[in-house]
Amino acid sequence: MTPLLDIRDLRLSFRLWSGTVEVLHGISLSIARGERVALVGESGSGKSVTARIILGLIQAMRGARVSGQVLLDGQDLGLLSPRARHGLRGTAMTMIFQDPTSSLNPVLPILHQFREVLARKEPGISVAAAHDRAAAALQEVAIADADRVLGSYPFQLSGGMNQRVMIAMALANRPKLLVADEPGTALDVTVQAQTLDLMRGLVADHGTAVLFISHNLGVVREFADRTFVIYRGRIVEQGPTAAVFADPRHPYTRALMSAQPRLTAVGLPDIPERDPAFGDPMEVHP
Amino acid sequence: MILQMRDLGKTFETGQLRVTALSGVTLDVAAGECLAVVGESGSGKSTLGNLILGLFAPTTGHIVFDGSPLLATRSLEQRRAIQLVQQNPASALNPRRSVQASVRLPLDVHAIGRASERAAMVRALLADVGLDPALAARAPAALSGGQRQRVAIARALACNPRLIVLDEPTSALDVLVQAQVLRLLDDLRRTRGLTYVFITHDLALVRAVAARVAVFHKGRLVEEGTTDAIFTDPRDTYTRGLIAAVPVITEEEKEMRDRLARGAA
Repeated sequence: MTPLLDIRDLRLSFRLWSGTVEVLHGISLSIARGERVALVGESGSGKSVTARIILGLIQAMRGARVSGQVLLDGQDLGLLSPRARHGLRGTAMTMIFQDPTSSLNPVLPILHQFREVLARKEPGISVAAAHDRAAAALQEVAIADADRVLGSYPFQLSGGMNQRVMIAMALANRPKLLVADEPGTALDVTVQAQTLDLMRGLVADHGTAVLFISHNLGVVREFADRTFVIYRGRIVEQGPTAAVFADPRHPYTRALMSAQPRLTAVGLPDIPERDPAFGDPMEVHP
Repeated sequence: MILQMRDLGKTFETGQLRVTALSGVTLDVAAGECLAVVGESGSGKSTLGNLILGLFAPTTGHIVFDGSPLLATRSLEQRRAIQLVQQNPASALNPRRSVQASVRLPLDVHAIGRASERAAMVRALLADVGLDPALAARAPAALSGGQRQRVAIARALACNPRLIVLDEPTSALDVLVQAQVLRLLDDLRRTRGLTYVFITHDLALVRAVAARVAVFHKGRLVEEGTTDAIFTDPRDTYTRGLIAAVPVITEEEKEMRDRLARGAA
């Protein structure tokens, strides 16, 4: 069966006045239908640009050079016209960003923004129909007083509430693929745990595949079926999440895990920030 | 006790709106210890830090530092003794000022040492935080996140303080960088006899760095104790909820978390 998303040898470089910066050195990654895959790495590793390339947001930037293939449902997105590509965003694939409050438009009420999302798939949807669909979508993310929320501006809602609104919007058009870039990082831990639970339940119900971008190993362990560890534009380790966490093999993955503060561990490990061994070849768990 | 807080409270008023950010907090900090102040947004943990720093006066209660009352208008000596390291070093450092100029500024302001000695003092401070002297002339933008935070720590050390309020000092850093910065902070505390009030939302981090913990919720101190006690028998339901939400990476850790969250010792 063809995977839902298939990334093959993805490379990215930026041309700057000072020279060319290589950001991705050949990323290959695939996601099956309904599968939750995590891409975990530190800042500057290339995880967020990978997400943005999938949505076609980087290609439009001046100076960005992208090579390799991104296939959605077997279709090479690089061969699509910008218009066709635009048509996929918000319908077949959607994205959630890190900070929900700044992802929403501060000067429009939630209903207005929800209607814009729904109109991506169903142009000309009436306000009344949009209201009903939005209210149903908010119910799914455990927002009981949908009417109040739909009439509110983002600043009138808490961060956790805005995050749920974002999740509801991202899933409203029943996308095949949801790209979640550090969802919940800006939220309190208890709220983050709740929203992730909620999101996991919803994507399972709808059979939505998720590419989950994160720097937080703990969150990845609880959310993803498979995990890819990225370091400086290269995948260094990949495999089923349970296998990667039970038996991390790549020196970089091991360093990440040892550096992670734990409830069970007292004291601080001495781990180098950099090590030539972090450049070792990729480890693949079957 | 180097720091004693008694019935400390702070209410902010703007027009019709009154927000009680902190109320009835009584808490002591012993000299040389690292006290973790834990809570979520709106818990009052940063307000507590700001009161200790004297950024505003408490509405109720008082603070005693090293035997003398600590008022919002305080002596230069008291100001030097209590310093701050903030969450985001990118915004805590002046982008137009070089590393050495940032670290030198408190020396100049407080007239510490002779002017001719200060360049050497800056070099020593940078060495203490493990920064390459070659970086001294750079602007913050030319440094990594971890290096910037080291500069912020060097600046906080410039006045030779006794207590440092660390307000989420590593939450903007990557985990490998975080480990190094935490080790540095721990070394500095031991070698210089510093006292830390370590504000954080990350309970797993607390286990690694602090001997004592104070948990805040909605402006109140809900639980206080040694780190060992909190991580063997958390009493407060909110503390348990906070522990339950910690993302964990091993089975062993998961078992411990779930056991603590249930409340069985």
